Amino acid sequence: MWHTYLISAFKTNPLATRGVCILPTAVVSFLPWQTSLNQKTDKVRLEMEHKDKSMIIDGRALRFTEGETILEVARRNHIDIPTLCHLKGATPTGACRVCVVEVEGARTLMTSCTVPATAGMVVHSESPEVIRSRRMTIELMLTSGRHDDCLVCPSSGDCRLQDLAFRYKVKGATFTPSGVKYPMEAANPFILRDFSKCILCGRCVQACNEVQVNEAIDFGYRGAEAKIVTKGDRALKDSDCVFCGECVQACPVAALVPKNARLVPRMSETRAVKTTCSYCGVGCQMNLHVKNNRVWHVTGCEEVAPNHGSLCVKGRYGFDFIASEHRLTTPLIKENGAFREASWDEALDLTARRFKEIAGAHADAVGVLTSARVTNEENYIAQKFARTVLKTNNIDHCARL
Amino acid sequence: MVMDHHPEHPDVTAEMWTRIDTILDEHSSVPGSLITALRLCQDTVGYLPPPLLDYIAEGMNLASSQVFGVATFYSLFSLKPKGRNIIKACTGTACYVKGIKEILNHIRNSYSISEGETMPDRRFTLEGVRCLGACGLAPVMVVNEDIHGNVDPKQVKGILEDYQ
Amino acid sequence: MSKARMQLMLCSGTGCHATGSKRFHEALDAELNRQGLTDEIKIVETGCNGFCAVGPVMLVQPEGIFYQKLTAEDVPELVEEHFLKGRPVPRLFFKEHMSKEKIPHIDDIPFFSNQVYRAMRNKGAIDPEVIDEYIARDGYFGAAKALNEMSSEEIIDEMLTSGLRGRGGAGFPTGLKWKFAHSSKGAEKYVLCNADEGDPGAFMDRSILESDPHVILEGMTIAAKAINATKGYIYCRTEYQLAIRRLEIAIAQAKEYGLLGTNILGSGFDFDIEIYQGAGAFVCGEETALMRSIEGKRGMPRPRPPFPAYKGLWDKPTILNNVESFANVPQIILKGGEWYASIGTEKSKGTKVFALSGDINNIGLVEVPMGLPIRTLIYDIGGGIPNKRKFKAVQLGGPSGGCVPEQHLDTLIDYEEIAKVGAIMGSGGAIVMDDRTCMVDMARFFMDFIQDESCGKCTPCREGTRRILEILERICDGKGEAADLKSLEDLCEVTSNSSLCGLGQTAANPVLSTMRFFMDEYKAHIFEKRCPAKTCQALLKFTVDAEKCKKCGLCFKACPADAIVWKKKEVAFIDTTKCIQCMSCYDKCPFDAID
Repeated sequence: MWHTYLISAFKTNPLATRGVCILPTAVVSFLPWQTSLNQKTDKVRLEMEHKDKSMIIDGRALRFTEGETILEVARRNHIDIPTLCHLKGATPTGACRVCVVEVEGARTLMTSCTVPATAGMVVHSESPEVIRSRRMTIELMLTSGRHDDCLVCPSSGDCRLQDLAFRYKVKGATFTPSGVKYPMEAANPFILRDFSKCILCGRCVQACNEVQVNEAIDFGYRGAEAKIVTKGDRALKDSDCVFCGECVQACPVAALVPKNARLVPRMSETRAVKTTCSYCGVGCQMNLHVKNNRVWHVTGCEEVAPNHGSLCVKGRYGFDFIASEHRLTTPLIKENGAFREASWDEALDLTARRFKEIAGAHADAVGVLTSARVTNEENYIAQKFARTVLKTNNIDHCARL
Repeated sequence: MVMDHHPEHPDVTAEMWTRIDTILDEHSSVPGSLITALRLCQDTVGYLPPPLLDYIAEGMNLASSQVFGVATFYSLFSLKPKGRNIIKACTGTACYVKGIKEILNHIRNSYSISEGETMPDRRFTLEGVRCLGACGLAPVMVVNEDIHGNVDPKQVKGILEDYQ
Repeated sequence: MSKARMQLMLCSGTGCHATGSKRFHEALDAELNRQGLTDEIKIVETGCNGFCAVGPVMLVQPEGIFYQKLTAEDVPELVEEHFLKGRPVPRLFFKEHMSKEKIPHIDDIPFFSNQVYRAMRNKGAIDPEVIDEYIARDGYFGAAKALNEMSSEEIIDEMLTSGLRGRGGAGFPTGLKWKFAHSSKGAEKYVLCNADEGDPGAFMDRSILESDPHVILEGMTIAAKAINATKGYIYCRTEYQLAIRRLEIAIAQAKEYGLLGTNILGSGFDFDIEIYQGAGAFVCGEETALMRSIEGKRGMPRPRPPFPAYKGLWDKPTILNNVESFANVPQIILKGGEWYASIGTEKSKGTKVFALSGDINNIGLVEVPMGLPIRTLIYDIGGGIPNKRKFKAVQLGGPSGGCVPEQHLDTLIDYEEIAKVGAIMGSGGAIVMDDRTCMVDMARFFMDFIQDESCGKCTPCREGTRRILEILERICDGKGEAADLKSLEDLCEVTSNSSLCGLGQTAANPVLSTMRFFMDEYKAHIFEKRCPAKTCQALLKFTVDAEKCKKCGLCFKACPADAIVWKKKEVAFIDTTKCIQCMSCYDKCPFDAID
């Protein structure tokens, strides 16, 4: 019923779909109807005068609940305010200034991620002043460090800064790039730290300290010298880092990427396949990023229990076995001290025969050890097989928690 | 909390470790006292070598990365050894207007050290500091605890000769 | 206290200390001892007197004779002539800059006579290390009244009536701030005093703390009662060791007298104050950063709302006022808000303390009534510009402020009036610049400061100020381009409009202000590759004006690079290929013939 209504609304009013996100928002302010925005706002303002807990964003009267930020209200209503440093689940810091909006009556622009909605508040999310500020902020980020090599950047296509530059048509050509200040760090098997790409949004610090609560990294130094540091500004391998990769997933640019990111297909070229991590019993939800039938990256699925995007070092980086050369692809049978390749039928027949002989002759002479890398269902079948067919309770699992 | 081990460091003597342990003992249970503890430890050793920072973190029950972040944020803290004598040249507005630049140039030329540097023999550390609030005496140079006001570039060498 | 016939109020503030007050004190002490005068004549070491330019200074009471530039060698004459024979020593009187007239009495010296003392009412009048002297001048009477006779609401009402606004610079009404914190729910609340005076060219807070530490404790206690707080912190710059020592003494004495701690003055009210030493970060003057710093963290500001009155230190309701604001509180409570509001302008009441420095004769600390024209501050109190040079501008509000040029000198000292001309009241730094100061270089200086002190958290402040500095450096280096002016304007506006905290939001003010009034200088740098004030070395090209040259040869002698050709009775000539732009000749020429 509800769906039908929605669909018919779309059919009758094609604009209903446009205002959401199909229309590039950067263009909005230059469109003719923008000029009448204030008139429209006044009209809506009158309509909502006596309603508590309502505010106006871009001329739309919107209800909110106590404590909601402008950003939350906007997002709930499909008004696309861009963010960069905002990390869901962590305290908003208001550091990057990309999400600034114009709040009527405020002295300066306000960050929508931090300012709580209040009754009667009137917000313009894409006013000329807002766009001017965002463009300059993006320009400043693009010229800090080195952001001129998108063509060879592993995060190309999966980079928030790139998306923002595209959305607001900023080229990063106004100032001379400040270049490399701190050298790249690659002295560990998992993570590549490229400080020349870091825009100091602080998402990694929050991911480490607020989400994982590992407290391995923090802001160090001050002002233009500011840098994300470990204890003593040492390499990650000499710090308290456990390489869970939470920071890598949080990094909106290419300052933190998997070690081999420059050698394998970029994230944007791959297709995400959702699955459950098989390392332990927690059952973390993960995306395998696949191209050419090979897994190249693993990320945690955001907004899904139990892990809400987090993974541990094994789940995130321990997938090289899938494509390992050392992996067996055919059954092997050992004869006279040496293995020879065999067909599945031959191998299964041999195994079944030997099980029958041994298990028939000696009670509990056979035990079954299963693996965390198979699914629950397969593990269930294995124990069923052990108990009913082999008639033994000797069944165990390598990853009992 | 006093730890049972002290990291080895050439600039931190046994007495200093005892003092550091006392400082950490007094402050570890007081919330927000990290900056105070760092200041007292720096007063004890003269500077804050990174192993000491790790030790302080452990003693204060804080993340080492956080302690490092705090120590590098405030200009009071130095992670490098300082000279026996510390020259603080005021770079506040009044001193700037009255020519602190020339005084800094003189020191730079005479002792081959720039702002923030220490001489290899650790005789002097030169610091350009924020307004010392002695604008009436501009330009001002403070050597250790001694305030030298209305400094003429020509006097600089003479003043500094007293500090060995 | 012994009854001496004469009290010698000897300034021992940082300024006088540096010019030798200690040596003078020792010599005076010895001489009085030798003459057996120690019972009759008492030396009182006071905090900063304010007139730092002529230190060490001493006021002889009860006569009110003011002596300046004292040395140990002056002691025998002073004791013999004045203290014994009653003939003051004119040689050591203050000398008027213009008329060269010698003025013996403190009240006749224009520097002092144009001032109105409220926040600094005890400066130079008491021994800051003796609580009885403070009490003798109505000290702690305000606190007694507030604690025993007034409700929180009444205190707040009195503050609102007084019209006192934040003296740290932003000018938010103090009473209103207290009102918010009072209405904010919470069992634990905090009163903080911002003594992290960081503006270059400002030393008001240090002087107040050094000369009258108890007034801060009293002011904070009254604030605590108003918002119902039990704990206070004074966040003081660690460089201000003398101020810290005096505060420590003051706190100990106040506790001993039952004026701090539990059950203050039998009122049942508890309040304790702790000193917290900052560790050197200008941004910690910003309230949220200061609170982070007290929490032992990096002093990085956090976005507001929530405002500290609701969620401040340790997430508890907190008020933060600056030293000068607190110094005004006891008298407001004692004499009433209306008394305080009786001087000043419509929206700016009371007095403001300024630290006069730079190219001005009477460098020092002054307290003037609101509504005074800036011209009076510079010329009457400040004694004008030295060396007969021309006034160019006075910079108010330090790195967050702007400059007031000649044509706006009649602007009144008032938060709104000053803001109209693009400066801010600020915390009170007033740096006077003569015509030899380059305004582009000045803007560059402040940007260099800000860029260095930016915490690095938000993009516009961290990256924006760096770019502004880069452009200004380029202009000063003679490499400026026409497009730079537009870039500067864009950067300044976005930095002001989008930065997270007050530091970033005001960072561009010195640039905007100098661009507004001294665009011709920017243009001269960019288009003519010329620095009109002869400050930017890369742009200096010196020539001798043959008409003005008196052929004295001083320039020739001063030149370290043999770049000046001169023979007796001939006009000097500068060989620009050899000239190293060191300015030696320019400074030496008594006839302004080198340009």
